[in-house]
Amino acid sequence: MNAIFVLIVGLGAMALGYIFYSKFIAEKIFRLDAKFRTPAHEFEDGVDFVPTNKFVLWGHHFTSVAGAAPIIGPAIAVIWGWVPAFIWVVLGTIFFAGVHDAGAIWASNRNKAKSMGALTGDVVGKRARSLFMIVIFLVLLMVNAVFATVIAGLLVDFPSAVIPVWGAIFVALIIGQLIYRKYIGLLTVSIVGVIALYALIGIGPMMPISLPEAVGPLSDRATWIIVLFGYAAIASLLPVWMLLQPRDYINGLQLFIGLILIYAAVLLMGPEMIAPAFNTDVPEGTPSMIPLLFVTIACGAISGFHGLVAGGTTSKQLDKETDARFVGYFGAVGEGSLALAAIIAATAGFATIADWNAVYSSFGQGGVNAFVEGGAYIINNGIGLEIGLAETLLTVMAVLFAGTTMDTGLRLQRYIFQEWGSIYDIKWMQKVIPATLLAVGTCLLLAFGAGGADGSGGLLIWPLFGTTNQLLAGLTLMVITVILVRMGRPMYYTLVPLLFLLVMTVAALVLQLKTFYVAGDWFLFLLDIVVLIAAIFIAFECAATLKRLHKDKQQGSHENS
Amino acid sequence: MKIHKLSAIKDWWHKANHFAEEAYNAPYRAAVARAKREQDDLFMLLVFSEMMGVPNPASYYTLELQPLLLERFHDWHVRMGMEKSPLDHFKCC
Repeated sequence: MNAIFVLIVGLGAMALGYIFYSKFIAEKIFRLDAKFRTPAHEFEDGVDFVPTNKFVLWGHHFTSVAGAAPIIGPAIAVIWGWVPAFIWVVLGTIFFAGVHDAGAIWASNRNKAKSMGALTGDVVGKRARSLFMIVIFLVLLMVNAVFATVIAGLLVDFPSAVIPVWGAIFVALIIGQLIYRKYIGLLTVSIVGVIALYALIGIGPMMPISLPEAVGPLSDRATWIIVLFGYAAIASLLPVWMLLQPRDYINGLQLFIGLILIYAAVLLMGPEMIAPAFNTDVPEGTPSMIPLLFVTIACGAISGFHGLVAGGTTSKQLDKETDARFVGYFGAVGEGSLALAAIIAATAGFATIADWNAVYSSFGQGGVNAFVEGGAYIINNGIGLEIGLAETLLTVMAVLFAGTTMDTGLRLQRYIFQEWGSIYDIKWMQKVIPATLLAVGTCLLLAFGAGGADGSGGLLIWPLFGTTNQLLAGLTLMVITVILVRMGRPMYYTLVPLLFLLVMTVAALVLQLKTFYVAGDWFLFLLDIVVLIAAIFIAFECAATLKRLHKDKQQGSHENS
Repeated sequence: MKIHKLSAIKDWWHKANHFAEEAYNAPYRAAVARAKREQDDLFMLLVFSEMMGVPNPASYYTLELQPLLLERFHDWHVRMGMEKSPLDHFKCC
């Protein structure tokens, strides 16, 4: 089948979802009210609460949620064939992610723009709030370990990207200074910054840099992982305006440029979907598609991380409540379109099926490297960009996303450690540097503990990461459902996705538990048990809350009659 | 005609610049402001340190700044967890 057809069907379906389903959800379920005084107006302070233009807010929401994860997940999941991944991304975006994101913004907006964690405490209970914190910590831990592994793999496989990837940090540092000290306007800075970044990308292929295969006792991959954590630790200690903010901004610009390039190249080239629609001949060791597909693709179909962004910053800046539909739902559609691009690149970007099979030789292989290779093949044939340059471009895009997430992730982990330090009155843990070292240490333990000394096994955690992310989404959906029930509105539009997620994540965890046990991988076995316990508690919490609500409702109707 | 076109472009540029600035600042406004406030709080402590019995070698210079910072004094001591002014001879509320 031609990729253009896949692209049009996918984007068309998501567009219809936005036009019809999100309208239904916004008007009939959430009943968004343009006259509602949003927290951004009620508590306007020029700092946290600022009414913001909905397009700007959409850009913020979209670029915060779309990162490396919606590329990696789908690019791994196409091992089961492109159709299952395609269906889950499209239907997930329409019925799960869109409702979840818009719902999280709405719920937070109706509750003084509280964060999702605080809201869980208020709406569901204290226990649920503690669970929320634990799940967040697990997500952060895994995301840092996985992303470090992914970046290291990319830098080893595509040495041409080394210069632009590290050079981008200097570009960001300079941009940060220029803007903070108000030397020149932002538009000029943006244009200059993008030109500088693409100039670096142009230089990259001329000067590839590879580390020696063994640096002392460490492999090249392991060395990169350690260097990356060193970088992330320092970056997370800097003030946000210095590096994180300009980096994030450049990433946002890059995201739009990259998406336009890939989509334009697909339309111009019209490649065939080389990978099988349903892969009946999966490599040995590939787990069962159901339930693993639904945790391998988390971001791109539904992801709990979005709830954190929605409650943390987006809802505080909502100008009108009705904007929640565009910002939340369409933000999710934006991410879905990135996941769709990843699917197409990883399945249509190969000349023959033998090439594809060689890349997808075992589960966890392929992934983002397949996205880079496939995407570069399509860009080369569609737009005529040289293949080395196209590869560098896509590698840089993926690495910069992942690198920024590591910076943010480590920062948040540090806050959590510091908070624990003050809760349990451990003085040294409240300090910035020990807390950062603790965060880095736990991540390194995970990156190396999962896959041995060469750090290549970090991707084994990927499905576990997806699972934890889905659990977070489940908690947010639970909050939205409870609020809806209390308001006497239909709950099935959030309850059904919630139950589906819980069933699939628990099934995936149990299945993986068996796999880790058979393989004798006790490290991951333990980690799996921790996540499984969290999942079971969330399921109990969910059941108890629904029961309580049902009881309240019955009592209420008794009293009325 | 030419001037008209030029001002239209200038207008567009300003609008786009404003838009970009919003996009740049929206996600981080709070974090940056909080960091700045922390710095200001430390500065406040330095300026008023002598009055609280903390020796300050630069008090000769910081004394001059006290009236300028008076406006922010109330917010500061409230934020620091002290309902009333902590200084005996320096009432504020």
